[in-house]
Amino acid sequence: MPVIESKIDRNSETFQSNAAAMRALVNDLHEKVAVNAAGGGEKAVAKHVAKGKLPPRERVRQLLDPGAPFLELSQLAAWEAYEDFVPAGGCITGIGRVEGRECLIVANDATVKGGTYYPLSVKKHLRAQAIAAQNRLPCIYLVDSGGANLPRQDEVFPDREHFGRIFFNQANMSAQGIPQIAVVMGSCTAGGAYVPAMADESIIVKGTGTIFLAGPPLVKAATGEEVSAEELGGAEVHTKVSGVADHYAENDAHALALARRCVANLAGAKQAPAGLLTGSVTEPLYPAEDIYGILPQELRQPYDVREIIARLVDGSAFDEFKRNYGTTLVCGFAALHGVRIGIIANNGILFSESALKGAHFIELCTQRGIPLLFLQNITGFMVGKKYEAGGIAKDGAKLVTAVACARVPKFTVLIGGSFGAGNYGMCGRAYEPRFLFSWPNSRISVMGGEQAAGVLTDVRSASLAARGNPWDDADREAYRAEIISQYEHQGHPYYATARLWDDGVIDPAQTRSVLGLALSATLNAPVESTRFGVFRM
Amino acid sequence: MKNTLLIANRGEIACRVIRTARALGWKTVAVYSDADARALHVRLADTAVRIGAAPASESYLRQDAVLDAARRTGAQFIHPGYGFLAENAAFARACEENNITFVGPTAAAIDAMGDKSAAKHRMEAAGVPCLPGYHDEDQSDAALLTAARQIGFPVLLKPSAGGGGKGMHIVHSEADLPALLETARREARGAFGDDRMLIEKYLERARHVEIQVFRDTHGNAVYLFERDCSVQRRHQKIIEEAPAPGVDDALRTRMGEAAVQAADAIEYRGAGTVEFLLAPDHAFYFMEMNTRLQVEHPVTEMITGQDLVAWQLAVALGDTLPLRQEALSIRGHAVEARLYAEDPDRGFLPSIGAYRNVHFPDTEDGLRIDSAILPGTAGVVSAHYDPMLAKVIAWGQDRPAAVARLADALAQIQVPGITTNAPFNQAILQHPAFQAADLSTRFLEDHEISTALSEQTLERALAAAAIATVQALSNRSLAADPCSPWARIEGWQLNAPAQIHLRLCRGDVVHDVRLLPSDCMGTFQVEDTGLQGHMEGEQVVLEASGVRRAIRACVQDADVTVFMPEGPVHLTHWQADASGSHAEEDGACHAPMSGTIVAIVAEAGTDVARGDSLVVMEAMKMEHTLRAPAAGRVQAVLCAVGELVQEGQTLLELEESE
Repeated sequence: MPVIESKIDRNSETFQSNAAAMRALVNDLHEKVAVNAAGGGEKAVAKHVAKGKLPPRERVRQLLDPGAPFLELSQLAAWEAYEDFVPAGGCITGIGRVEGRECLIVANDATVKGGTYYPLSVKKHLRAQAIAAQNRLPCIYLVDSGGANLPRQDEVFPDREHFGRIFFNQANMSAQGIPQIAVVMGSCTAGGAYVPAMADESIIVKGTGTIFLAGPPLVKAATGEEVSAEELGGAEVHTKVSGVADHYAENDAHALALARRCVANLAGAKQAPAGLLTGSVTEPLYPAEDIYGILPQELRQPYDVREIIARLVDGSAFDEFKRNYGTTLVCGFAALHGVRIGIIANNGILFSESALKGAHFIELCTQRGIPLLFLQNITGFMVGKKYEAGGIAKDGAKLVTAVACARVPKFTVLIGGSFGAGNYGMCGRAYEPRFLFSWPNSRISVMGGEQAAGVLTDVRSASLAARGNPWDDADREAYRAEIISQYEHQGHPYYATARLWDDGVIDPAQTRSVLGLALSATLNAPVESTRFGVFRM
Repeated sequence: MKNTLLIANRGEIACRVIRTARALGWKTVAVYSDADARALHVRLADTAVRIGAAPASESYLRQDAVLDAARRTGAQFIHPGYGFLAENAAFARACEENNITFVGPTAAAIDAMGDKSAAKHRMEAAGVPCLPGYHDEDQSDAALLTAARQIGFPVLLKPSAGGGGKGMHIVHSEADLPALLETARREARGAFGDDRMLIEKYLERARHVEIQVFRDTHGNAVYLFERDCSVQRRHQKIIEEAPAPGVDDALRTRMGEAAVQAADAIEYRGAGTVEFLLAPDHAFYFMEMNTRLQVEHPVTEMITGQDLVAWQLAVALGDTLPLRQEALSIRGHAVEARLYAEDPDRGFLPSIGAYRNVHFPDTEDGLRIDSAILPGTAGVVSAHYDPMLAKVIAWGQDRPAAVARLADALAQIQVPGITTNAPFNQAILQHPAFQAADLSTRFLEDHEISTALSEQTLERALAAAAIATVQALSNRSLAADPCSPWARIEGWQLNAPAQIHLRLCRGDVVHDVRLLPSDCMGTFQVEDTGLQGHMEGEQVVLEASGVRRAIRACVQDADVTVFMPEGPVHLTHWQADASGSHAEEDGACHAPMSGTIVAIVAEAGTDVARGDSLVVMEAMKMEHTLRAPAAGRVQAVLCAVGELVQEGQTLLELEESE
């Protein structure tokens, strides 16, 4: 397979200043992630530990195979989304290996508002379950939660994608043979009681784990009965009398060991389709950190996306498809950690030819069962009379149809701009990529801030003029600036990731690992065959 | 016809005898039990004969089987080694009757020295200095008490038929005598089937100094100087040296001549050892004579340049002794340490089990290792035999040089899978009292031998163990799934530096170690230590401020043994255990269903262990046994045999013990 020859100059001033700028973004990302990973703060953690509980991240660590990777999801969920600081959205989700098997883990963080579910906590939990369902990953819930956040019940309880969906998912995943294991390591009250109750197997920790539909205060109010939490729904009653839980654990560590044993007892190991595997893994020829210097500081500045591909794929080997046709969309075959993959990467604006080439390439990959990776850096489709007349909408639609219908695992990384219909054609969130990650330099919005400001200013200007009102330049500039600023704010990857528009903002230098892990995780589910909709010809 | 020698022994001594015999052109025959079918002595010998099952009583102690093996292989000589049949007069006699030369003394000589009391009388008669003592037949309490008073406390109480320290007790005052006498008699009965006791003067701060003697069938006798074997644990030698520190030529001659006198007195034949107690004032007293080649004979060989097995064979052939007394001299100093599979931290309990890939230091001039274990091999320490793995003997121009060399050799010994006393021996060698040759048979009672690790050593051991554990986890993981990034044990995490947190336990102490992978070449920084390391084969190479140290670390499942120069450090990679769950019990045992009580096994007041039967009931034509959910004492039985009990009825109350 041909190898990409890198043409960068690491000593150039541009490279150096790009690298410095990206390092600053990555450092900021690392700091924000660390702040979120600290949970509810020292005091809350100390209180939590004083009850004999392990901190939530320690629970996850002890659950996983020692030293094995943990692909954490939505690390910055709910970041600056509420007046309250809800670190990581109040729960930890991610994929990790337990007894050699990739599992999806959802761990409540009781140090954050008692582990109660904010609207974005629900969204994060549901997103994790969706990943488990799509990729057939056993689910392990480390439950320690006060249930729904009562003041925000209208955003948490009633709707289709609200709290009830958690149990709907448990039931349906179980029906599909995706194991559901719950470890009750704290309270599981009201709706929360259904997490262990709906699980295939559940474990409860003596002394700290409780499961009941109504806690002691509610029982007293309702019936006058006075009862302690332990008597009402502790490990004793649930493993000996009620049968709500199956395994009695002496403490957190024991409970996690029991959970590991549950996984060890699962049948049906992962079987990746042999044809997808190359049988060996070679590292790229160029260091991943080069990406910092390659990425221009302005999204508008072009660069060759092959320089990025060269730092992601095995041996930097990339077999390009239709290299000389529709050149603004780079398509080709490569391998990632020994798994064959088709790559579609933006290298400029989308023209009809690029869209057709992309649709063609997607058909190739779906027919061969090869997963697709989209490297998204797109301002949109080309506009103008010539292009509309040439049917760019029709050709764009072909690409969108192909992306929408492709049933092979799809992965999207926002490596730059994600604007307008380009987002659709390049497998944005709505197109259900199995995983979607963003780089810290990326931006996402319906169009670029400046374009939006231009359009809105023109519209308002015209409207004011029609009513005969003058608009002085200062006001006009202020209006423009406000719109640009709003777009910048809402298009920022932290804003996006806080709202679960992606599965996480990632350090570009870790992209190969992240994609390798995600790709490998998807192989837990068989690759489905694709049937496309009508392509407008 | 070639001389054929059957070696009625196993282990290092069998190997050692075979080597000399072969070098002298003899044919050799090994005997072996089922446990030793692949042992080194079997492989070294020209022929090998199976003589029975693993227990010594069914193989190496079976005279008929050994003699039969000799007959079948045409062996004209039998070397008994030490232990087993070495000091068995009946066996020596049986050899004679079968026209086989027993490489050792006559049966009569063995008998003469076998009964300690009789031996003393003979030695006293021969003019060999003996400890004041009581060796009479009158075994009444009164007679023994009177004798003890006459000798003067403290006295040593010893079984007449004994050996190896069993049933020996120091009695410090008259008041202690009755109780200790009872204990000693019981032990002697158990060990030797004979509870006769002798009493000796007990010498404070005496040393165990023994003389190697040789006597041929022509009446020539020499002594090959002395050995100091004072460092003993529970009356078992662990460090032996020659010559004995502080013994001058005059004393050496006096002791040597006394030993020869002893040998002459019983018309001894071959190699023997006369053991003396040496008092601080250089007075010495006969203790006993060992009528065989001693375990510690190599130190004598190292300082005299003689091969004692070759001497034994010469005597067995009826030749005169190879050298006369004047031709023998001492060169330098030699020290031996016995390497045992045992745990000094647990009362020297034998460490039984499998070892693999043993490492011994390279033997060279002045370093000798006598062992039936070849470096690099695996094997098993069997509960059937003595757990001695090897003898390590170092020679030096003087005592400090020999001691230093031996300590260095012990530091290099690695027996993965087994706990050995190598670090304990090292600590003895490095103890100031040992180095000052301040020796007595109470050395280990008087001195605290500490094998505690320094903080720095422990830190390095933990670092090495953690790195080796990760490597083992990684190898296992990648073997199952070579390409998947999930199989990489690198502590990868998103948006944070990779980190592997391991919990290592040393005994009950838990240590948390964090490894930070510093490149993709397998180098790890060890957090908070300034150490970094990587694996090279089975070695962890640790670096701290430019200094490189290679440390061997062996991983077996969760157990890691790190071989530090100070001794092996055993660590366990901790992971929570899923077993051991048993729901809290309220101390009461309830009927699991309605039925009839058939039997009450544990009455009130009985102490029970977890799982013991308490009550048996019958229901649905089946018997059900209620077992103790935990160890404790039965407080009350609340049911009676024949009673019809209801489901859930409390049958018995148990108070759990901690």
